Amino acid sequence: MRAEENTREVGAPEADGSAPRPRRRADSVPARGPRKGRIPRAGAFVVMTMFTLYFLTPIWWLVVASTKSRGDLFSTNPLWFADVNFVENLSGLLAYRDGVYLRWLLNSALYAGVGAVVATVLSGMCGYALAKYRFRGREMIFNVVLGGVLVPATALALPLFLLFSQVELTDTFWAVFLPSVVSPFGVYLSRVFAEASVPDELLEASRLDGSGEVRTFFTISIRLMFPALVTVFLFQFVSIWNNFFLPLIMLRSEELFPVTYGLYAWNSTINQFPELRTYVLIGSLISIVPLIIVFLLLQRFWRNGLGAGALK
Amino acid sequence: MSSTPIDQRSTARDSAVFPPTTPKRRPYRTARLGPVLVFVGPFAVMFITFYLVPIGYAIWKSLLVVEREGTFGTATEVFGGLTQYIRVFENEVFWQSAGRVLLFGIVQVPVMIGLALLFALLLDSPILSGKRFFRLAFFVPYAVPGVIAAIMWGFLYSPRLSPFTAVTSQVDLLSADFVLWSIANVVTWVFVGYNMLIIYSTLLSIPPDLYEAARLDGAGQFRMAWSIKIPLVRPSLVLTAVLSIIGTLQLLAEPQTFRAFSSAVTSTFTPNMTIYATSSIPNVPLAAAMSVVLALATFILSFTFLRITRRKATL
Repeated sequence: MRAEENTREVGAPEADGSAPRPRRRADSVPARGPRKGRIPRAGAFVVMTMFTLYFLTPIWWLVVASTKSRGDLFSTNPLWFADVNFVENLSGLLAYRDGVYLRWLLNSALYAGVGAVVATVLSGMCGYALAKYRFRGREMIFNVVLGGVLVPATALALPLFLLFSQVELTDTFWAVFLPSVVSPFGVYLSRVFAEASVPDELLEASRLDGSGEVRTFFTISIRLMFPALVTVFLFQFVSIWNNFFLPLIMLRSEELFPVTYGLYAWNSTINQFPELRTYVLIGSLISIVPLIIVFLLLQRFWRNGLGAGALK
Repeated sequence: MSSTPIDQRSTARDSAVFPPTTPKRRPYRTARLGPVLVFVGPFAVMFITFYLVPIGYAIWKSLLVVEREGTFGTATEVFGGLTQYIRVFENEVFWQSAGRVLLFGIVQVPVMIGLALLFALLLDSPILSGKRFFRLAFFVPYAVPGVIAAIMWGFLYSPRLSPFTAVTSQVDLLSADFVLWSIANVVTWVFVGYNMLIIYSTLLSIPPDLYEAARLDGAGQFRMAWSIKIPLVRPSLVLTAVLSIIGTLQLLAEPQTFRAFSSAVTSTFTPNMTIYATSSIPNVPLAAAMSVVLALATFILSFTFLRITRRKATL
């Protein structure tokens, strides 16, 4: 990735190897002089800082509100702490209704975590085959999959519900899990990446060594495709975690809810159960921690993947 | 290029297994069925089962009509052709919700993409310091699921809890006049950073020589942004716009969550909410028909947008 500042190497040789053309300082150093640059720089910084406040204040507010007891929530300054009740709120949350919140976190981990792993493996294999093998119907399959990329998850929720009702499998774990392991975007990304990063010569050599195609895939190709697979995983994880219509329409039993849907359900009954206000707030905070961690850990891959995907 | 021993071996294998008409050094040969099935099969089975079959089944259901013998007789579903689709087009509630999201989209999408472009340009310019911090800070809201973001902002809009009492005491952001835009704010808050990163990564791939040449011609930062950067990020602007249009038409999680905060958000506020409400009656064939209409409308709108922007590029 190129340097963030628009600097150029002063004194680098010309393309044909001749001596470097003497360069004016203005060419290679960004215009950052005292009079010319100060107002734009200050302006840019102020604008970005204002928007940083816009983006981060709600999260800060959530952190502060999670530490407050019910009374303090209404009476004290919303943007600063009062009596820190965090531990009490947390233990209240985890004990409420026999620890259903922990159940919800586990469900989300299964739906999104395991679901995204399975989705990555399935779509990675498929994209790889579409890239590296020629077979009849290959382009047709790819075009159908591309069509699938354009179908948003919400558009599929009702059709899936119809299907699962027909076989009386609504309100089950599989009703949410199984549809989540299909990632057409993952196939697209895997194909593009495999085409670019898995050299055919390597596959040839592996074949000549007597390794089967599947074994080659899992030992060699997967390593070469790793950044794309991580991106697919991240994308699918976020997608499943955020999916709202599917649990909304499929699930009735509280023990099967993912944590986002569970918090929505609690939030909808705050009038009947006022104690839920505190638990919704601290529950929301806890629920976004795994996502933020996942994002921070994998942001390197995420950035690269977004770039490749956007350009194509 | 002389034949190496490896070439000769692979040629021999080629002729043994495949017809001799295949040339000696193809990039890849027509594959054997076994491995391909192993790779493609699992995904294909799941895709067919959970994408194609449901879509087909929903279309089938949308062609049915519920017939009842008398008021309390058993309900049977009979083939009704396009009856449900006629009912969709006559359904005022559905079209009101569609009008609402279209209004939402016409305002929110340009504002959001405009902000994302501005932020991306600022990130890419030399006049800004602390870029890594801003890039991360602006992206953090994307890690917050739509439902959670809606819950947070719903509390932030509530006069009794809000830190922004200066605003909430003057204006009821949850009233019928404002709630649509309050929801628009939530969507913008979540997605600006994501769109900014898409545009920014395109900006990063612009060759620096263009800036070099422009600077030699005396162009300042603003001119460079206007004449070089913006035209060159067109593809990512189109991409983010299409994604946003699709998301707007499919809006569900945020308004549904806002129902708990504002009575102005009805159960049929957006098309997807109407579909959900209709399927809960239960009037499944009508809901299925609405689903198909919405999906087609989304597809046509995205496709038209892509066509319009592509045509402009070739002018």
